Amino acid sequence: MSADGNLPNDRFSQVGRHPAPQVRYDLVVVGAGEAGVRAATEAATAGRSVLLVDEHPLDPGLIGLDVPYLFGGRATAAVQTPSRLMEQVFAARPALEAAVEAGVELELGVSCWGLYVNGPNLQTLASPVIGLADLEKAWLVGFDEAIIASGARDLVLGFPGWDQPGVVGARGFSSLVDLYDAFAGRRIVILGTGALAIETAEKARARGLEVLALVEAHDVAQGDPARLAALGVPVLPQTVPVKAKGGIDGVEQLTLRSLADGSEQTLACDTVVMALGLVPQIELLDAAGARIVRQAEHGGFVPQVDAEGRTSLTGVRAVGEVTGIEDGDTAYGLGWMQALMAATADDTMICQCEDVTRADLLDLRPPRYLGEPSVQMRRQSLTRLAEDGPVNQDQIKRLTRACMGPCQARRCREQTAMAMAIGTGTALETIPLAGYRAPVRPLPLKVIGETAESPELTNNWDVWFGIPDQWIPYPAIGTDEEPDHWAYIAATKYL
Amino acid sequence: MTGSETPRGASVVVIGGGVTGLSAAWWLARDGVDVLVLDKGIVGWEASGRNGGGCSHYQSPLFAEEQRLWPMMDELLGYPTEHQSHKIIFGVTQKQVDYYKYIAATIRSHGAQVDDLTGDDIRRLVPLAGPNALGGLYAHTGGQANPQRTVQAYAWALQDHGGRILQHTPVIGFERIGGAVTGVVTPRGVIGCDHVLVAAGPQGGQLMSLLDVAMPMAPARAEMVVTEPCEIMPLRAVDGNGLYGRQTARGNLAYGGGPHEWMDAVEPDGPKARPTTPLVRNLAARVAGLFPKAAHLRVIRSWAGVIETTPDGRPILDRLKDPGNVTVATMSGVGFGLSPASGHALRDLIMDGTCSFADISKLGLDRFAGLEPDWRQRKGWFTEASKEFNEHAALAG
Repeated sequence: MSADGNLPNDRFSQVGRHPAPQVRYDLVVVGAGEAGVRAATEAATAGRSVLLVDEHPLDPGLIGLDVPYLFGGRATAAVQTPSRLMEQVFAARPALEAAVEAGVELELGVSCWGLYVNGPNLQTLASPVIGLADLEKAWLVGFDEAIIASGARDLVLGFPGWDQPGVVGARGFSSLVDLYDAFAGRRIVILGTGALAIETAEKARARGLEVLALVEAHDVAQGDPARLAALGVPVLPQTVPVKAKGGIDGVEQLTLRSLADGSEQTLACDTVVMALGLVPQIELLDAAGARIVRQAEHGGFVPQVDAEGRTSLTGVRAVGEVTGIEDGDTAYGLGWMQALMAATADDTMICQCEDVTRADLLDLRPPRYLGEPSVQMRRQSLTRLAEDGPVNQDQIKRLTRACMGPCQARRCREQTAMAMAIGTGTALETIPLAGYRAPVRPLPLKVIGETAESPELTNNWDVWFGIPDQWIPYPAIGTDEEPDHWAYIAATKYL
Repeated sequence: MTGSETPRGASVVVIGGGVTGLSAAWWLARDGVDVLVLDKGIVGWEASGRNGGGCSHYQSPLFAEEQRLWPMMDELLGYPTEHQSHKIIFGVTQKQVDYYKYIAATIRSHGAQVDDLTGDDIRRLVPLAGPNALGGLYAHTGGQANPQRTVQAYAWALQDHGGRILQHTPVIGFERIGGAVTGVVTPRGVIGCDHVLVAAGPQGGQLMSLLDVAMPMAPARAEMVVTEPCEIMPLRAVDGNGLYGRQTARGNLAYGGGPHEWMDAVEPDGPKARPTTPLVRNLAARVAGLFPKAAHLRVIRSWAGVIETTPDGRPILDRLKDPGNVTVATMSGVGFGLSPASGHALRDLIMDGTCSFADISKLGLDRFAGLEPDWRQRKGWFTEASKEFNEHAALAG
């Protein structure tokens, strides 16, 4: 026991080593969409100190990586200078002005990459913190309460040629149009016929863009017939895209195939908008250890929340689309994936970052940079692995590298799970959620890195556990030389 | 193998499909032994598939066998491990450089060639190094491999040799007749066996307590960061600056080091969560300090693994006297790289009663015979809050 009666502490453990947050607020709100702004404004009006952060305007590098939405290379050069877009983003969300007037501290162009709250197997934090970053630096903010209003991103499903500029998600499209005023396309084809697709078409028409068709893999169009008819655009049920062809600037034409009679038609377009569904952006909550449940009718995995939005993490609430998508039945997207897998070749790309095709995934083929697979390796497959027990996406991604790239699986996570279920003939519900990891935005080492390492941390930093006995050469153990080794290691090793 | 009937017994049942248990089972299956691996979840799921991938354990009696086997593993297993030989360690402070000289001396004591490196040598050999590189070593031994690919390679290879694996099958008890274990109890029934290998990582201590054998160990959580890929360095097994890790064959930088968190206990079905902490920022800064020319690379994930550590941090590789048909193994948190050799040693202990290629007598369980019951508290390998939290969670349901 130490002098104060407490248990001795391992100086190499995390106890007391977590840096204190630079600032603290009663409430931190992540995401300045409708739900986030409302929560922030209410709290500020009630007299609480409130920080509201939103990542838009984004780091242009993230737009190029399709983080968080599928921007599909259809942003204009305007996004290259985020500082000039600050006012544009502020003006695009009229409620922000009232929030600021109510006393909310607003930070635009600031992303949230981590949420840290004590919970299972993490008990050493002195207080809950949230990790923020702009283009130059990262910092920690303390809070009494956090509200995660991180919204939803695009459901992305691959077809031949989707891995080129010009294939955009509905959320990527609407943010480029509404938030950034920086959409580069002119002639678009929309995949999907549900409410999201109709909204996308209406937005495009209002913007003066040419909408060539709404494409539907399912037997019938999904959305409100009156709104669909009002568009005056061809609606093509029982039809899938089988090839997007293009040049250096991406998509130039899209070939569609009728599932009814096999006939094909080719449309000259520069953009294909996937409006096949939205995925709740639960990554902050999942990485922080919040309890996640599956709600197939609301977009898939969502945090478990009570009526007030309280998650399983102390002091953390979730509001808005992150808690579930209205009209978000995942069966719709799964039906699309089934149709695409039936109609298109298995060499269709599934993971752009890591160059993994659907065939690679289903054959468990190791990445191409490892050379030709061995005879034994060629005998393995996802189906064969499934004989050993239910397949798990986290295991498959390590073997095939699908979902392991810099886009942090935003382009391939859902379609990989769907392909695994379809490929092994099992229900999508049997595939567990592939875990999310902080930082939930890809940030450069020089941005996220804490360069001011505290002397306490430096003096008590060990490459492993700081146990000198562990590194004494085996022959010396139990001999006269052992104490000298121990003393040398203990005095020298901590680096 | 997902039927509801009780699985057929085996000559050797291995409890724990981590890298040590899988390697032992592979060695046994290669010899035609009827072997069955049981895992609480998926093989290689815990620390065996989440680690630095280093294959350079100069402190271990298994070092020579580790070095002999790794260059052959792809061929022996029939599956890729991404193993690459040789290793560079370099420092950016004088203190680091001094300690790395001690490491060089230890490696040389095995008769292996180790070259001293100057800052200029390092900048020539390590394209991502910068002006702060002070000095280090180039070992013509050691190296690195891909943990995730390697654990699956062991699993497939042992199946190719006729061994079996049952996933999602935790062991909850043992059946004994006289002085011997005759079967392991699982939710799927009792599985008969002639010999048991307990290689269950952090769960090993609790399992052995069911046999009234004390196997002291403390679980802890440790963290790593991973960047996006960049250009492949000629030698990817490069670490230093207080970090362990590697550049992957894909080009990602994957590094760990620094503080860990002790845990009270690990549930029989595995850790509830493996969170990382804001210390990811310090790890990132250390990586950028080691490789200044990589400072622009994006960190794309961090991860944590749960490992067990024995009181002296050294492995336990031991065939027990009572019950005489039980062999126990923990590599005390440093098991991946040594796995080709630890599996060989365990095969020998199980089949022949003694290790054929190295003296491992100092790794027996009996060295902990006089250990105080509260050894963890005495060492400070304990987090009071963690114990309270777990008790509260257990009450809550």
